[in-house]
Amino acid sequence: MSTPALATRGLAKNFGSLVVARDIAIELPKGVRYALIGPNGAGKTTLINLITGMLRPDAGQILLDDADITTLPPDQRVRRGLVRTYQINSLFPHLTALESVTLAVCERTRAAQIWWRELPAYRHEIDEAYQILTTLTLASVCHRPTRELAYGQQRLLEIALALATRPKVLLLDEPAAGVPREESSELFAAIAGLSDDITVLFIEHDMELVFRFATRVIVMVGGRVLLEGPPHEIATDPQVRAVYLGRAGEPRHEPHHG
Amino acid sequence: MLPPVFGVVFDGLAYGMLLFLLSVGQSVTLGMMNFINLAHCSFAMLGGYVTASLMSRYGVPFFATLPCAFVVAAATSVVFERTLFRRLYRASELDQVLLTIGIVFISVAVAAYVFGTDQQPLQLPAYLRTSLTFMGIRFAVYRLILIGLALAITIALVLGIEYTRFGARVRAAVDNQRMARGLGIDVDRTFAVTFALGSGLAGLGGALAVEIIGLDPSFALTYLIYVLIVVSVGGLGSIAGSFAAAIVLGISDVAGKYYIPQLGAFLIYLVMISLLMWRPLGLLGRR
Amino acid sequence: MALAGKIESPQLYLRAQTRWRPIEIVFWLATLSPYVLFPNYLSLASQIAVAALFALSLDLILGYAGIVSLGHAAYFGVGAYTAGLVSKYGWGEPLSGLALAALAAGIVGYATSFVICRFRHLALIMLTTGFGLLLAELANTAGWLTGGMDGLQGIHTWKVLGYFHLDLYGSTAYGYALAVLFVLFLFARRVIHSPFGLSLRGIRENLVRMPAIGAPSRAHIRTIYTIAATLAGVAGAILAQTTETVSLDSLGFERSAEVVVMLVLGGAGRLYGGLVGAAVFMIARDQFSGIQPQYWYFWIGILLVAVVIFLPNGILGGLARLTARWSRS
Repeated sequence: MSTPALATRGLAKNFGSLVVARDIAIELPKGVRYALIGPNGAGKTTLINLITGMLRPDAGQILLDDADITTLPPDQRVRRGLVRTYQINSLFPHLTALESVTLAVCERTRAAQIWWRELPAYRHEIDEAYQILTTLTLASVCHRPTRELAYGQQRLLEIALALATRPKVLLLDEPAAGVPREESSELFAAIAGLSDDITVLFIEHDMELVFRFATRVIVMVGGRVLLEGPPHEIATDPQVRAVYLGRAGEPRHEPHHG
Repeated sequence: MLPPVFGVVFDGLAYGMLLFLLSVGQSVTLGMMNFINLAHCSFAMLGGYVTASLMSRYGVPFFATLPCAFVVAAATSVVFERTLFRRLYRASELDQVLLTIGIVFISVAVAAYVFGTDQQPLQLPAYLRTSLTFMGIRFAVYRLILIGLALAITIALVLGIEYTRFGARVRAAVDNQRMARGLGIDVDRTFAVTFALGSGLAGLGGALAVEIIGLDPSFALTYLIYVLIVVSVGGLGSIAGSFAAAIVLGISDVAGKYYIPQLGAFLIYLVMISLLMWRPLGLLGRR
Repeated sequence: MALAGKIESPQLYLRAQTRWRPIEIVFWLATLSPYVLFPNYLSLASQIAVAALFALSLDLILGYAGIVSLGHAAYFGVGAYTAGLVSKYGWGEPLSGLALAALAAGIVGYATSFVICRFRHLALIMLTTGFGLLLAELANTAGWLTGGMDGLQGIHTWKVLGYFHLDLYGSTAYGYALAVLFVLFLFARRVIHSPFGLSLRGIRENLVRMPAIGAPSRAHIRTIYTIAATLAGVAGAILAQTTETVSLDSLGFERSAEVVVMLVLGGAGRLYGGLVGAAVFMIARDQFSGIQPQYWYFWIGILLVAVVIFLPNGILGGLARLTARWSRS
C-alpha cells in the first residue's frame, strides 16, 4: 500500500458550542480525483481551511505524504505542495494576470526575496507564468489587470495561481461557482487537463462536474463524513438523497451562501 | 490613617472614569463599522467649550451645561456623519485616518480662532471646589461626583445594551454586521444613533474634563492618543473592555506621574505596546 | 518563429514597464533648476530634498506594502541624532556620518519590524504611533544625550568629499541632498521593479492570499520595513548635517503625520508621489509661513479632507486619470 498523498485523522474543530468538524478521517491516494460534497454549512470549506492551516484544529492530525504537517504554517504547507483555490475569488485586483502568476512562480523559486535585480531579468519565471496562462486560455488577456477580467477568466486565474506553485495536492473550493454556462467549458477543460501527478480534491455543488471528473465522492454533513463511494453509488444512496439531494430529485446547481 | 496610595488610586480612578466617558463611544462605533474616527476628541473638546462658554458668558450653572454639552456634541456629530463620514465606511483605513485627522486640524484651528489658545478658565461653584477628608486622604468633591456620574452612566449603558431592543441591535451589529443586515436590522441607522450617542458622551466627558485636565485647542489631539490607547487595549466594541482599560490607564498614569515623574508618558506607551503585542485585538476584543 | 515571438512579448512588456520614461528625465533635470532659477531658495530646496527622501521611504511601506505608519519619524530622528552625535563628538565627515546614521536607523527598523510584521489595522496604527511617541519621550528624557528641548548643539560638518564646504547659501547643501536623494531613488526604483517589489504589491493587494501562494509575507514585510527605516534615517542625517542642528521635533508625531500628508498629497504607490508631495507641501508652507500656526492647521485640515474626497490617489493619481481621459478622447 503506497502512502496516500493526503490524509487526515480524527480532525476536529469547534467554535464554542458550534462544532464545525467532527472526527474527520479522509485519505487521498496519489493522483486521484475525489469530490467533496454536502449541503451548505456541512463544513466543507472549514475542512479545507483546517487542512491548509488557515484554521488550527482542536484535535487530530494532517499528513501530507506521510509527513505530519498539523503544526506547519500555511505558507510552508504550500511549499510542500499542498495548495488550494478559493470559492470566492481571492486575487490581486490591480496586478495583471501575468504579474499575478509570475508572483506565484517567483515565490516558489524564492526569486521573490531578491530586491536587487529587475523582474524582467527573470525570464524562466516569466516564461513559466506565461505558459500556465496559455494552457488556461488566458494568454490573450495576460496584460489586463485582474479586476478587468470576466468572472470566468478570474476563476481560471485562481487555478493558474495554484498551478504556479507546482502543487502535489490541489484542493479546489467550488471551482465552477458563479461561472456562467458560456464560460464553464474552459474551466472544465482546465480541470480535465490537470496533470496525473497532482492529487485533486474538489468541493462542488455542480453534479455535472462531480460525475465527469471524480472517481470517488466523499459526503459531509454537519461537520462529519457521512459516507464515501463511487459517484453512481452516492447518487443513488437513500441517505445522501434525503440529506443533500433533496426529495424532489437532483438539482443541477445549489446556490451557495457566502 | 490611610497611606497616600489610596489618594493616588482615587485620583487615578476619577481620571480613568473620564477617559472611559471619552472613549466608550469610539470603541463601540469602531467595533460596529470598523470606522476609525480620529475626530472623536474634537467632539469632546466641543463639549468642553460649550460648558466653559455657557458658564462664563451666560452664567448657566455647571450641572445645567452638562446636558447641553452632550446634545451639542451629539448633534454636531450627526451633521458630520451624514455629510462626510458616511462616504468613508467602505474606504481604506488610511483614507479614514486622513480625513478625520483633517477634521481634527480644522477643529483645533477653529477653536484657537474663536476661543484663543489659552486654557479656558472655569469658575465652579464653591462646594464643588472643596474636598472631604477621610482617614487622612483628601477626596475632592468634584472627583467624587465625577466618579458617581460616570458609574451611573456606565450602568445605564450596560443595562441599555443588555436589556433594550436597541441594545440588542447594537450587539448584533458589532458581532457580525453582515448577519445583522441579513436579519433585517438597519445597521446604518443603528450605527448613526450609536455614533451620535458616543459623540455626545465624549462631549459630556469633555465638559467634565475641563476642571481636571484643563481645556485648550490642543485637547482634541492630546487626548486622542489616550482614547486610542483605551480603545485598542480594551478591545473594539467592548464596553467592559473600555472600562477596564480606562481604569488601568487612569491609575497607571496618575501613579506614574506621582511616583516616577521622570518617566512621564513613557510608561503608558510601553504598557500599551506590550498589551497590544500580547493581545492585538485588545483585552476583550473579538474581531 | 511564431512561438519564440509569443514568448518574447510578456518579458518585453514587463521590461517596458521598468524603462525610464521621458517625463522622469524631465523631472530630474528640473531638480537642477533651483541653481539657475531660484538661487536664493537653495536652503529651502535642500529641505525639500530631505523631505522628499523621507516621503519616498514611507512610500515603500505605505504605498507598496500597505503598512499605515504614523510613527515613521522615529527612524528619521534616529538617523538625525546619530549623525549629529557623531559629528558633535569629533567626526564630522558627512558621508561616513550618513553611513553610520543609516546603520543605526536600519538596526532600530529591523528590531521593530519583528513586531510590525505581525499586525494589521488599528493595532498596527497604534503600535507604530506608540513606538514613535515612545522614542520621542525617550529623546526628551535623555537630555544629557540629545540636548532635550534645546536640541543638539555643537554639530560641525566637514567638507563633502573633502572639497565642498557647506556655505550659508545652501548650494552645497542642496547638491549634497539632491545627489543622495537621486542615488537612493535609483535604489528604491530597483527594489520596486524587482521580484521582491512585486511581492510587496501582492501584500498590499491581498495579504490573505500571499501565504496561499507560498509567500513568507512576514519576512517580506520585515525586509521592506528595514529598508524604509534605513532610508528615513539617511534623510534625517542629511538634515542634521546640512542644518547643523537636531531637535526633538525630528522625531515627533507632527513630523510623522506631515510625511504621511506629503505622500498622500503626491500619491502613494507611485514612487514619485512622495517627491512631488514633499515639494508642493514645503513650498506651500514656505509661502504661507507668515500666517499664524492655527491658520496653517486649518488649511492643512481642509487639504486633507479635499484630498481624500476629491483626489484619492493624490496629485499624480489625478494627473494619471486626466492623461488617460485625454488620450482616450
